[in-house]
Amino acid sequence: MDAQAKGWTRDQMAARAARELRDGYYVNLGIGIPTLVANNIPEGITVTLQSENGMLGIGPFPYEDEVDPDLINAGKQTVSELDRTSYFDSALSFAMIRGGHIDLAVLGAMEVSEKGDIANWMIPGKMIKGMGGAMDLVAGVKKIIVVMEHVSKGGEPKFIPECTLPLTGKNVIDMIITDLCVFQRPDHDSPFKLIELAPGVTKEEVHEKTTANYVE
Amino acid sequence: MKKIYPDAKAALDGLLNDGMLIAAGGFGLCGIPERLIDAIVESGVKELTIASNNAGIDNAGLGKLLRTRQVKKMISSYVGENKEFERQFLAGELEVEFCPQGTLAERMRAGGAGIPGFYTRTGAGTVVAEGKEVKEFANSDGQKETYILERGIFADLAIVKGYQADESGNVTFRKTARNFNLPAATCGKTCVVEVEEILPVGRLDPDCIHLPSIYVNRLIDGSPYEKQIEFRTLRERTAA
Repeated sequence: MDAQAKGWTRDQMAARAARELRDGYYVNLGIGIPTLVANNIPEGITVTLQSENGMLGIGPFPYEDEVDPDLINAGKQTVSELDRTSYFDSALSFAMIRGGHIDLAVLGAMEVSEKGDIANWMIPGKMIKGMGGAMDLVAGVKKIIVVMEHVSKGGEPKFIPECTLPLTGKNVIDMIITDLCVFQRPDHDSPFKLIELAPGVTKEEVHEKTTANYVE
Repeated sequence: MKKIYPDAKAALDGLLNDGMLIAAGGFGLCGIPERLIDAIVESGVKELTIASNNAGIDNAGLGKLLRTRQVKKMISSYVGENKEFERQFLAGELEVEFCPQGTLAERMRAGGAGIPGFYTRTGAGTVVAEGKEVKEFANSDGQKETYILERGIFADLAIVKGYQADESGNVTFRKTARNFNLPAATCGKTCVVEVEEILPVGRLDPDCIHLPSIYVNRLIDGSPYEKQIEFRTLRERTAA
């Protein structure tokens, strides 16, 4: 079967994550595929994006003559402001995150365990760059969605019984969207359930490429 | 009491000591106290511990202090984008305490507010929790959760970049350049601020002061600034 015809592309994974957005949500998007969620916000709903360096209401990338070095997102990219934008300092920004005021965060991951643990900040033996705001986000935001490839570049499952890499957070993930399927759990005491398959993907294929225990 | 100094070197006179702890504002290269960093490089003070979200890049920001080997330890959340940092860190020449970004901001805020420690969920169950007190508390939904004790930062010196100040030391910041500058300013025994413009008192709206003058000990006009951008991302104008 043509690899392109089966499963979801990066943009389709982002679009699937965007279907979890609700009108009025305040949302934090991680770097990589999660950033693409901003291009897929369903019509008719208003979502406010938070940038942890101190901004609510992130606008699109600026036109060349609008570029402002004092206006960047958490990925240090230049952005623009909206008419409803507000700015604040890092302590208030993370008080917002840690205080449970952000409705949803979408993050990438290297591994997710069947108990909802996530590892996405360091690989032993490689240069450690730091966790940035990832540990605060997974510990504080109401709902956490992971968007990641179902298997690593080497073909190893990434949704596994126990994380092998250093954790970013313990028992914090609510939903996992991969190029093959969607797993979800209603609360942090329940197991993940396979709730959706990408086009052309079978339950058997998901089972074969997943070592974590989950409910079908 | 006059807070305004002619330049960064004068503003730091008598404040720098080997082995001191400095809290620095800035996020990436946005809102970094670059004049003060240059003056610290020039002073030759060494064995510094610096609490700053990032460590600059190779030739900008705190990267300059790393190149001259004046830093013993960084307390940071993210240190990518810096080759010299990587080299010193891998060679064991530089100590790094990785601190989650929100924990770092709160540690500065707490220190500035006279709070020696606080419990947070951030980092519970991870390497960040190692060696720290762990305690269960009910969360806002009444469910028991695990929290860890983090310490407030009491810095010897805070170095901060603002946008405008008045002569009394009230400071405003601009857009996302506020970031760590505000919490850093509050946690220093002495706080030195560089701004782009110093105005006579009465020119700033009292309702729009971000950093009240009580936190500002010394002030300089560091203009003109050539602010650097790490990642210039643009959109194209489409024909109407």
